[in-house]
Amino acid sequence: MKGFIIKEFYHIFRDIRSMVVLFGMPVIQVLLFGFALSTEVKNAPVAIIDHSNDQVTRAITSKLLSSGFFILSDQVPGEGHIEEVFRHGKVKEVIVFESDFAAKLEKDRQAGIQVIADASDPNTANLLVSYTSAIINDYQQEYLKGMSLPVTVNTQSQMMYNPALKSVFMFVPGVITILLMLITAMMTSISIARENEMGTMEILLVSPMRPIQIIAGKVLPYVLLAFTNALIILLLSYFVLGMPVKGSLIMLLAESLLFIVMALSLGIFISTVSNSQQMAMMLSMFALMLPTILLSGFIFPIENMPLPLQIFSNIMPPRWFIVIVKSIMIKGLGFRYIWKETLIIAGMAVFFIVLSIRKFKIRLE
Amino acid sequence: MKIIEVENLVKKFGSFVANDHLTFSVDEGEIYGFLGANGAGKTTAMKILCGLSSPTSGKVMVAGYDVYHQTEMIKKRIGYMSQRFSLFEDLTVWENFQFFGGIYGLPAAKIRERTTELLGRLGLGGEKNRILGSLPLGWKQKLAFSVAIIHNPSIVFLDEPTGGVDPITRRQFWEIIYETANQGITVFVTTHYMDEAEYCRRVSIMADGKIVALDTPANLKAKYNAANIEEVFLKIARN
Amino acid sequence: MSSAISIHAANITKRYGDKTALDDVSFDISKGELFGFIGPDGAGKTTLFRIITSLLKPGSGAMTVEGFDTVKDYIKLRKILGYMPGRFSLYQDLTVEENLRFFAGIFKTTPEANYDLVKDIYSQIEPFKDRKAGKLSGGMKQKLALSCALIHKPEVLVLDEPTTGVDAVSRIEFWEMLSRLRLSGITIVVSTPYMDEASRCDRVALIQSGKIMSIDTPEAIRNNYGQDLWAIKTDDTYRLLGDLRQFKYTRTAFPFGEHIHLSLISKSVKPAEISAYLEAAGHINIHISKIEPSIEDCFMEMMSTESSTREK
Repeated sequence: MKGFIIKEFYHIFRDIRSMVVLFGMPVIQVLLFGFALSTEVKNAPVAIIDHSNDQVTRAITSKLLSSGFFILSDQVPGEGHIEEVFRHGKVKEVIVFESDFAAKLEKDRQAGIQVIADASDPNTANLLVSYTSAIINDYQQEYLKGMSLPVTVNTQSQMMYNPALKSVFMFVPGVITILLMLITAMMTSISIARENEMGTMEILLVSPMRPIQIIAGKVLPYVLLAFTNALIILLLSYFVLGMPVKGSLIMLLAESLLFIVMALSLGIFISTVSNSQQMAMMLSMFALMLPTILLSGFIFPIENMPLPLQIFSNIMPPRWFIVIVKSIMIKGLGFRYIWKETLIIAGMAVFFIVLSIRKFKIRLE
Repeated sequence: MKIIEVENLVKKFGSFVANDHLTFSVDEGEIYGFLGANGAGKTTAMKILCGLSSPTSGKVMVAGYDVYHQTEMIKKRIGYMSQRFSLFEDLTVWENFQFFGGIYGLPAAKIRERTTELLGRLGLGGEKNRILGSLPLGWKQKLAFSVAIIHNPSIVFLDEPTGGVDPITRRQFWEIIYETANQGITVFVTTHYMDEAEYCRRVSIMADGKIVALDTPANLKAKYNAANIEEVFLKIARN
Repeated sequence: MSSAISIHAANITKRYGDKTALDDVSFDISKGELFGFIGPDGAGKTTLFRIITSLLKPGSGAMTVEGFDTVKDYIKLRKILGYMPGRFSLYQDLTVEENLRFFAGIFKTTPEANYDLVKDIYSQIEPFKDRKAGKLSGGMKQKLALSCALIHKPEVLVLDEPTTGVDAVSRIEFWEMLSRLRLSGITIVVSTPYMDEASRCDRVALIQSGKIMSIDTPEAIRNNYGQDLWAIKTDDTYRLLGDLRQFKYTRTAFPFGEHIHLSLISKSVKPAEISAYLEAAGHINIHISKIEPSIEDCFMEMMSTESSTREK
């Protein structure tokens, strides 16, 4: 058993490719999602057409510009030429204040602001519009209590736990989940498939080792490595991306460990149904990666999916783990809010372990 | 006429010398046995002769073409068969011949003509619509050889063609090799069966990247005072 | 043969789809015997060895190894078995020593505890113990694989085609190692497609198309050939073969190196008659001598009779 684990570590540490996948991928992914792929918008050029130019519109303008999300573009298009500035791509958003803004606010208790965004990049446009409306709402609450501004944009509910609209907070839990899932499941399934392919499984089978021993010998090294990985990702998110850990760190680590065990047993299950390293790799990629990304609520909110997909998403382990990570890291909630999700993941782990041991072939047929 | 001419062929991998100044030639229509222990450098040399790898230095001409610059011409003039390379198991005999004939750019009528001719020679004309995977190993080896000469190459390279084949089929295989050589196709063959070395007109024996012996089997046996080629081989290898 | 039975096979049949890999195979192998299964690729040797090692279940029939049923008692059986599969199956990315230690470890022992058994073989590769197994030459890989199969002191050693693809020198060395190993009392079962290796075994089974054609000592198999056999040599071997096939007394004619091995339909034909026929055909330097058949002659003889009885 001990020898088996040592041997497994030799395999991992001597194969540069698996080392890169194991430790390079998490770092690159976290940084990629954290910075490059961040949907956060900074310094978007905005043009402002102020037909009233009174103290209220000036106050709103300066609040918008001091938020850091916008910079004022020197392009001030005439009323009929808004399309033109968008076409040049120099302006991402145009804000139009109607004339006599402050006066109308005073007299009619409502005034109009038109927000036009360049929706050729829908994500950015969406964000800019919601930033703008949030800032205007903010202004409204501070200075114009009891008044209603007829603003035609909605504020998004996610902002509740992410008032600064930092998208890193949305992505990190998803990235942690996907990386742990992929790395652990893929690496174990490949390593077992490799034994089959190289013919070494034949010798292992003809030894007194029991299936449970072979499986445990395969799993334990990866539990350790995956856990190290989880730590690296958490440290990176905390120190580099400024991700908070509001809840209990111990609980977060314990939940991660549970999720790793689940992913590993899934990996072993994949290897028992695939004969070659390639097939194990394909199964891990297509059967795990795509649904994990698409159906776990990582990118697309589950509430927005069609009902069949919503039901299907329930059997995706990452869906539950993302909830756990968000709850602990961002909301700082305790165990009694996530016991249900924990139980589901534990159940899945037991299910895959039992299935793997039963499916593990003690012979070659 | 010389179909293969090799002078001072050297192939190095880093500091490792796989082929160390090989010099030999093969006559047209000859059966040439290329022997040597595992790791002696046979495979490396064979890859160079087939145009799959470039020598580090030395002159190598195959079918009149230079292996440095004219590998595409060489590949058209040679056939290759090895124990590991075999035909498509899930195609029929006929389909395999059509496919490989097509690879060499033969016109469809020519492929049909050659296929019928080659299958007839093997006595397997009646099996042309059978899936290759369902045939005995010995038949597959003979078919693979026929496919290797479908384009009437000047020279055919056989890498351990009879490994693991039953003794009767092994002998039938050599009879086909003889027929092929009699038609003027040069045969360049490696084998681990030392009795098969005796079927060659000349054999060379490699050790540690060098050719240490090259002659007819009869002359080698006389020179090393051995009863058969196996003894010659052992005497050379144990030095 | 009064010694105790190590491996007992009764009417083993194994089919894959409509292909019959093993057809009603029965044999007994005694303890301490060096037993060879000789036959070409596709004869069923690997399937048979996987049944012996409990990796496959027989389709029908029963097999016991050291008294353990290969299906029911496979856990106990696997403790006393040493197995070397057909292709090189060690960890290429581990060093020589790490491989040995690992395989000792899965049998809950250490290389040191059983060093005496492998010393003869392992000492030859020990100078390279820090080299990765994937970087060894063919002969050295073979020695390492054998050391790993032996490191837990098995009672039965099963070697599937250990000499395939290995050059003539390494093959001879390998058989010399097996002969020495045999002295330690271990039962050794080997398969090989090389007919000339049969003489190294105590007994052999000649196997072809899933059937055992004969089981006996190599000497007995040669003695039972039942024909006079002539080795004939002239200056033109290829033409000689064709001419001998036309000879009216010829039963079989097969090339063997520079000779043609000829058996005749009647024992009353004299060598002078053969010689006269060949001279008439224009052969020169005719050498004719009566020889003892080799295992390969016997194998081909049995193959011919098997296929002719099957056709009937």
